[in-house]
Amino acid sequence: MPDAVTGQKCPCQVEVVLELKETSAESFEPDSSRELILSARKLCKVYGKGDIEVHALRDVDLDLYAGEMAVLLGASGSGKSTLLNIIGGLDVASSGDVYYRQQNLSGFNDRELTNYRRHSIGFVFQFYNLISSLTARENVALVTDIADSPMPTDEALELVGLKDRMDHFPAELSGGEQQRVAIARAIAKKPKILLCDEPTGALDADTGRLVLSVLDEVNRRTDTTTAIITHNAAIGRLGDTVIRMSSGQIVETVRNESRANVEDIEW
Amino acid sequence: MSPVPMSKTLNGRRESMIALHKKMLREAWQLRGQIFSIAMVVATGVMSVITMRGSYDTLVQAQADYYRDMRFADVWSSLVRAPQSLTASIEKIPGVSAVDTRVSFQATLDLDEEGVPARGLFISLPEFGRPVLNDIVIKSGRYVAAGGYDEVIISDNFASARGLRPGDSVTAILNGRVRELNIVGVAISPEQSYVVPPSSLFPDDERYGIFWMSREVLGPAYEMDGAFNEVFVRLSLHANELAVIKQMDALLGPFGGLGAYGREDQQSHVIMQGELDQNRIMGSVIPAIFLLVAVFLLHLVLGRLISTQRGEIAVLKAFGYSDREVGGHFLGFALAAVALGAVLGCSGGYYLGQLYVDLYGQYFDFPNLEYRLSLPLLLIAVSTCMFGAASGAMLAVKKAIDLPPAEAMRPEAPVKFQSGFFERLGIGNWLSSSGRMILRNVERKPVQGLLSSLGVAMSVAILTIGMFMFDGVTYLMDLQFQSIQREDLTVSFDEIVNDSVQYDLENLPGVTHVETFRYSMGRFLYGHREEEVAIQGMEPESRLRRIVNGDGNALPVPTEGVVISGLLAKRLGVVAGEKVRIEMLEGNRRKTEIEVVGVVDDFMGVSAYMSKQALGELTRETSAVSGAYLLIEDDVINSLSQELKEAPIIASVVSPTLMLESFEKQMEESLFIGVGFLLGFAGVIAVGVIYNGARISLSERGRELASLRVMGFHRREVTNLLLGEQALITIVAIPIGWLIGYWLAYLVSQSLETDLYRIPFVMNKRTYFISAATVIVAAIASGLIVKRRLDNFKIVDVLKTRE
Repeated sequence: MPDAVTGQKCPCQVEVVLELKETSAESFEPDSSRELILSARKLCKVYGKGDIEVHALRDVDLDLYAGEMAVLLGASGSGKSTLLNIIGGLDVASSGDVYYRQQNLSGFNDRELTNYRRHSIGFVFQFYNLISSLTARENVALVTDIADSPMPTDEALELVGLKDRMDHFPAELSGGEQQRVAIARAIAKKPKILLCDEPTGALDADTGRLVLSVLDEVNRRTDTTTAIITHNAAIGRLGDTVIRMSSGQIVETVRNESRANVEDIEW
Repeated sequence: MSPVPMSKTLNGRRESMIALHKKMLREAWQLRGQIFSIAMVVATGVMSVITMRGSYDTLVQAQADYYRDMRFADVWSSLVRAPQSLTASIEKIPGVSAVDTRVSFQATLDLDEEGVPARGLFISLPEFGRPVLNDIVIKSGRYVAAGGYDEVIISDNFASARGLRPGDSVTAILNGRVRELNIVGVAISPEQSYVVPPSSLFPDDERYGIFWMSREVLGPAYEMDGAFNEVFVRLSLHANELAVIKQMDALLGPFGGLGAYGREDQQSHVIMQGELDQNRIMGSVIPAIFLLVAVFLLHLVLGRLISTQRGEIAVLKAFGYSDREVGGHFLGFALAAVALGAVLGCSGGYYLGQLYVDLYGQYFDFPNLEYRLSLPLLLIAVSTCMFGAASGAMLAVKKAIDLPPAEAMRPEAPVKFQSGFFERLGIGNWLSSSGRMILRNVERKPVQGLLSSLGVAMSVAILTIGMFMFDGVTYLMDLQFQSIQREDLTVSFDEIVNDSVQYDLENLPGVTHVETFRYSMGRFLYGHREEEVAIQGMEPESRLRRIVNGDGNALPVPTEGVVISGLLAKRLGVVAGEKVRIEMLEGNRRKTEIEVVGVVDDFMGVSAYMSKQALGELTRETSAVSGAYLLIEDDVINSLSQELKEAPIIASVVSPTLMLESFEKQMEESLFIGVGFLLGFAGVIAVGVIYNGARISLSERGRELASLRVMGFHRREVTNLLLGEQALITIVAIPIGWLIGYWLAYLVSQSLETDLYRIPFVMNKRTYFISAATVIVAAIASGLIVKRRLDNFKIVDVLKTRE
């Protein structure tokens, strides 16, 4: 495990000293009983310069463990998407480090970040982002074509319960089905980490539950570390860990004793 | 509640309009690349009209002014010798409003130099006053003075080529006598706008010039006191030219008249008219194509550009902007592009127009030839572009404003894809995912794809047709100088001589082979049609001159009958095997019937070929010859020329090699401007379509491309996907462009049919290659520009937007 404290100064460090005290430092000591997949230390993200500086992340520390389901809760603008984008290699932090296994992502160039996403990360977004000109099967194949040791395309779609709809184009699928294709596409490469940004945000409750159950199922069966971002507190009950964010900081990290069943969640 | 004061609503309205203007300005700046590329299309469209059509209009006007000011004659006739008193009879011919006569002779110049001797056409000027018809324009120096017996005015082209000016002197051999002449002036004349030496096809300003001298000198020198050998008339308004020609021929026949002819057969006029006709076709067809392409592109590109603004249009409408305000706002983009293009095109066109007219000025000595920018032409060009831009923009805006704002603000319904035609053929199985995406995207909007391909195809076509002109002329030249004219020197005599001259020529040192020929003017009549033509009598087994078809195959010299040019056959309406009446215009002026034994598809001049023997029998001068073709040893050209120069009977000595060189020089210049212009325009069109296509694709499909980047696709892979579609459009465009270009080239070759030459319809591989390569280079350049944009693409920003 690399040294968590890099000594790098975050531009926002001085301002947030008081708030930092509220967050218990001990809670970020890595849990040696579990395999640590990804850890972030003192992540800061600042947009703009001078008067129009916006601090999207302020000194965030985060650990994700093998096979765990983490739910990041927070209101709009709390910084959870920024955090997800940085740990997913879609964006780079203004300061701080992200370690994926022994590697520090902060030093990665575009090509290395692309390879990181290509082989290790699966993404699911609120707005599916399927390629409209490809069928469900072909959307998944898009990823399996470039991954190192992917699961068969059909298997990925079977996992999300869409075996019968494989040859349909996105326009011929419902929102829930499209999101399930997106999940199949994300997991088909057998990523180490699956990052889901408001996966149920565009769906009604019933469909949302269906999608969550797929994510739950995938997590349990494939042991893929899964991080779900949501503003919906009820979904927190699904996770092993619930991380609350506010104003660019992690304000609370709670470990659930047990994960709730998807059917039991109401919103 | 009190009503809102009027001033307040007006102010509010003004502010909102200012905000809308600001939005337009900022967005125009963001879209500057696209707006500039559209403006360039407009610029080249406008430029082509102003340059090509504008220079044609300038030339036509200059020609009309020139003819009027110089009292250019309507009918000419050359003859052997007639007394001056005959003019009274010519004046009496109905329809003749003015008559003038003169004497003119070919003479050798002695300029103390080696090589083929220079020659001059010596033309008389009245001793007092100016010529009644066919006057000259003094460009420098002065007119000949009364009594100035050793004074001469020389043609401008010859003066420039030789570096001669008033004050210099030249030595000429007039009727065998050496005379030192003082140059007093340099002049041009509409009759001599395009000076071509006898037996030559092209100007040779270094070795052939026009010399004007007082008739008081030239007449006696050639024993023509009180006589003339050239006459020309001006016709009254409703005169019947053909009737005048008939009566002149009848009057001049006994004096050795060679047949009167109208302006349409006057050499300089024919050549100038041929050039002008070519210019008219090129000046109408090419700008029309350019303009159409520009309109089409504006319509297409602006339409697509505005379609991407659907959401914004809805928001503006939701705020309460009227359809008219929204329409006006987006029309602003179109207007900005057209206005920028018009300014660029206008200034570029004005500059290029001057260049074009200057280039023509080297061949046509029009006085006051100055390019004038025509306002109506400019208006037509700009308003046509404006129409294309506005129609494309408005159609797209209308589509957006016709929707209720709430619906327009929602994303467009997901596009429905399906496996297209090509995939059903089984092609899909061996395509990668990216290949399938490209194919399906194109198949989903086949019309848009096809139109884009058509746009790129037009640039291929423009290049094809432009390069074809050079292919045709090159083929023509190869045929002329490798298959038809194979002699080293062509010697023409002042008058017909006995064929024993062949032995004299053969005995000259360095001459290895001699073939003599006979030229005689004849009039062919078939039905009510008639054509005057120089009949060439050739040796039956001629090696140095041959009758060669357009396909390069030689026809044998007929032992009996005549072989005529395809154009002559077409004009007479005669086919091989039929008989035509023929009236000889020289010698005994015999009238008889003769069989057309063959029609040759030649490209240069209008000719009739017979065996020398048969032509001799026709003219009853069996052993007479007009000239000879010589093969000579490599190193004797200078000494041989010297010797020929001293022989008084020789009117001209022409070297086909020098002729070809002068032609090639001329070709190079026009090639440089012509091809440069075409390459530029084709490039602009290709970039306009491909760059805009890729940019619009990028904005339409940014989300999709960002998703691929998220999934771990590298930049290069995503770039390939975006540009693959444009590559497909380009690849489809190339054969379509070749086809359109081939068809247009055929039309041009058909419409450029003059007495002087026809453009053979041939196309070299090089033309196909260059036209395709140019477009591919333009496509790659566009791709690289878009790639840069894609490299700076912020994945997260794109994904934040909703679908």
